[in-house]
Amino acid sequence: MNGFFDIPSDLGNTYFGLIGLHLREALLPVLAGLLLALPIAQLCVRFRWLYPPVLGVTTVFYAIPSLAVFVVLIDYTGQTELTVMIPLAVYSLVVLVPAIVDGVRSVPGETLAASTAMGFGPVRRYLQVQLPIAVPAIIAGLRVAVSASISLVSVGALIGNQGALGNLLADAQKYGRPELAVNSVLTTAVLAILCDAALVLVRNLLTPWMPRGKGKRPKEAAVRQERSDLKKAELPKTPESPETPEKAVAR
Amino acid sequence: MTSTAKSSRSRTRHTGAAAVALTAAAALLAGCSSSDDTSDNPLAGEKAEAGTVVVGSNNFAESTLLADIYGEALKAKGLKVTYKHNIGSRETTYGLMKNGSVTVLPEYNGALLAYLDPEAEQKSTEAVNTAAKAQLDKKLTLLESSPAENKDSVSVNAETAEKHGLTAESTLADLKDIAPDLVIGGSPEFQTRQQGLKGLESVYGLKFKSFKALDAGGPLTQSALTKNTVQAADIFTTDPTIIKEKFVVLKDPENLFGYANVTPLVHKDGLSQEGVDTLNAVSAKLDTKTLLDLDAQVQLDKKDPLDVAKEWLKTAGLV
Amino acid sequence: MNVLSFVNAFFSDSAHWHGYDGIPQRLLEHVQYTLMALGLAAAIGLPLGLLTGHTGRGGNAVAFVATAARALPSFGLLVLIAVVVGIGLLPVMVPLVVLAVPPILVTTYEAVRSVDPSPVDAARGMGMHETSILLRVELPVALPLVLSGLRSAAIQVVSTATIAAYVSLGGIGRYIIDGLYQRDYEKVVGGATLVALLALVTLAVFWAAERLAVSPGVRRR
Repeated sequence: MNGFFDIPSDLGNTYFGLIGLHLREALLPVLAGLLLALPIAQLCVRFRWLYPPVLGVTTVFYAIPSLAVFVVLIDYTGQTELTVMIPLAVYSLVVLVPAIVDGVRSVPGETLAASTAMGFGPVRRYLQVQLPIAVPAIIAGLRVAVSASISLVSVGALIGNQGALGNLLADAQKYGRPELAVNSVLTTAVLAILCDAALVLVRNLLTPWMPRGKGKRPKEAAVRQERSDLKKAELPKTPESPETPEKAVAR
Repeated sequence: MTSTAKSSRSRTRHTGAAAVALTAAAALLAGCSSSDDTSDNPLAGEKAEAGTVVVGSNNFAESTLLADIYGEALKAKGLKVTYKHNIGSRETTYGLMKNGSVTVLPEYNGALLAYLDPEAEQKSTEAVNTAAKAQLDKKLTLLESSPAENKDSVSVNAETAEKHGLTAESTLADLKDIAPDLVIGGSPEFQTRQQGLKGLESVYGLKFKSFKALDAGGPLTQSALTKNTVQAADIFTTDPTIIKEKFVVLKDPENLFGYANVTPLVHKDGLSQEGVDTLNAVSAKLDTKTLLDLDAQVQLDKKDPLDVAKEWLKTAGLV
Repeated sequence: MNVLSFVNAFFSDSAHWHGYDGIPQRLLEHVQYTLMALGLAAAIGLPLGLLTGHTGRGGNAVAFVATAARALPSFGLLVLIAVVVGIGLLPVMVPLVVLAVPPILVTTYEAVRSVDPSPVDAARGMGMHETSILLRVELPVALPLVLSGLRSAAIQVVSTATIAAYVSLGGIGRYIIDGLYQRDYEKVVGGATLVALLALVTLAVFWAAERLAVSPGVRRR
């Protein structure tokens, strides 16, 4: 009865059910955040003066602990998944807006001029030139947003079994069963790593023109990859400062 | 996704690939979410579905166990039952009872009365129930109380008891001179409750050195008391660790912690007469000794509360 | 929404200003947790980042450590360690350090790696020792980015240190957790406001640090 995968009955779910729930509670908000971030970022690119205040506001939002938001939201959205997902969507937004802005801004002027000369209108230019070139930067932002979101869902356990795999943590404490906490932490970490790997894969598929450090220097390949994305996004503007996704979070 | 991306060489096609990938991801997520039940819709989650009894529980092991016992008894009568476990403290669950999100909640009559009316005197368990019913929201009522009782108590650890000569005969009043040297622990809500710091000060004049927020009589409280992080704590009288760790439960002559008989709190519209009768029959069979034994099975033997509940219902001849 | 009235009520209640549960005490505890975690994370992340950045070796390991650390859920680690070793400072410090190491490590590595190679070569040509090159050429140039990594880590730690209250420690999180269980919005909103203010103060401190520590020649703009 005290096995690693014996999920206490009060969670009303199976192990795999919890995993599905966790993924949904973590990923839907990121998707919502991305859909909101795209137009906001575009506005920030168009109106440069908008960017600093947007960054300031979002940084303060990011600093507000999720639990505080949950508690205040309970009165409006109840003890439901939605209560957990709303702040997560906001956090994703905060991470993604700077990532997209920096990505889109990094497109060289000549490229834009060339596309204009080819007769591209602003919409087509955005969709077919700027956005694809910004993909590496956007994915870098998504990687941070997704791993943060997967980690934060667990806190939902504090508002009545709304934390998916995090509910195991509350039960580990309640029943004195540490193996449940180990299970929760390991499963959550594996989910985060798998989602991260999936995003890297998507990026590689979407950016076949990028150089890949395959074969020759496998040791440095991963970081190189990350660096080249970041460099791509930043080099034209500030050669001495490759933007890392971490930095995008709060500055 | 793979094939589109691989085949694309021109920028135009890349955008296509990106769009496909995004749409696919969106469809996947949408698919996941629509496959599940009503919990997506916040409003659906708020109101119990017609005909379904929602049994709720607070965030401690005994509450889960009692909810399982009452819930399984209803299920055996053919009622549709869903559970909403580990909600939080009474401060939260009472609100959910009022708005109908939860139909049945195992409560403790005196503790509930103290929440509704901190000034209320608690003379007998019947009087408590009458007073509590009068104070309850119009949509709610209490069913018959079970003989099983689980009170809050202020207990001190063996070390403190020895140091200050406290025995099983000592009362809360005996703490008066010692309290300023003691750190007391309890759930966060204990700090602001009448059956908590407030009452300890107003009834017994106890002012502790400080308060340490732990959990509702759970493992945090037990370990903090054992390790002397706190010297006194709010421990439930059915807690199996009292005997194991030689905690000393202080007597409560002024009856601050009143009566705490297990009593189901129900939303009137949500439960049929058959359901009411079923729950009353269960309560009648449950006594303190039984509850202690069932708690020990969950907290010491680490059995799943649902299994413990089902087994007891069977041996008690209730299902 | 009358969030503002909650904020006002919270800060104007004199009972919130003294004693073991008063704002000064909770703020002090919160700052202590933050500084301790940040100090530990910097002690791990800075030397590793500088070294890997300078030599260009171990970049893969840096990426791996960062990914793994980011994948670990803070709240999960907190509860896990609290269940295993009991309540205390350890269950709080581990998740906070794990949270703060990736931004510091990755940014420092990136910062040193992206230093213009020509002054580094010049220094080497002048016969400077490798340690001096790292500390006197690369670090000053990389400093703005290194500081931004520290700042990002600091903001995240300030926000996340609130979970300490779940395992019965102090800090501003105390108001948020207590408010949840006591159904006291004043405390929750007041606590959240304090955290946000502390985050702003953190930003200001780093801004000042950058003005003071970064050489004017390196400072952007």
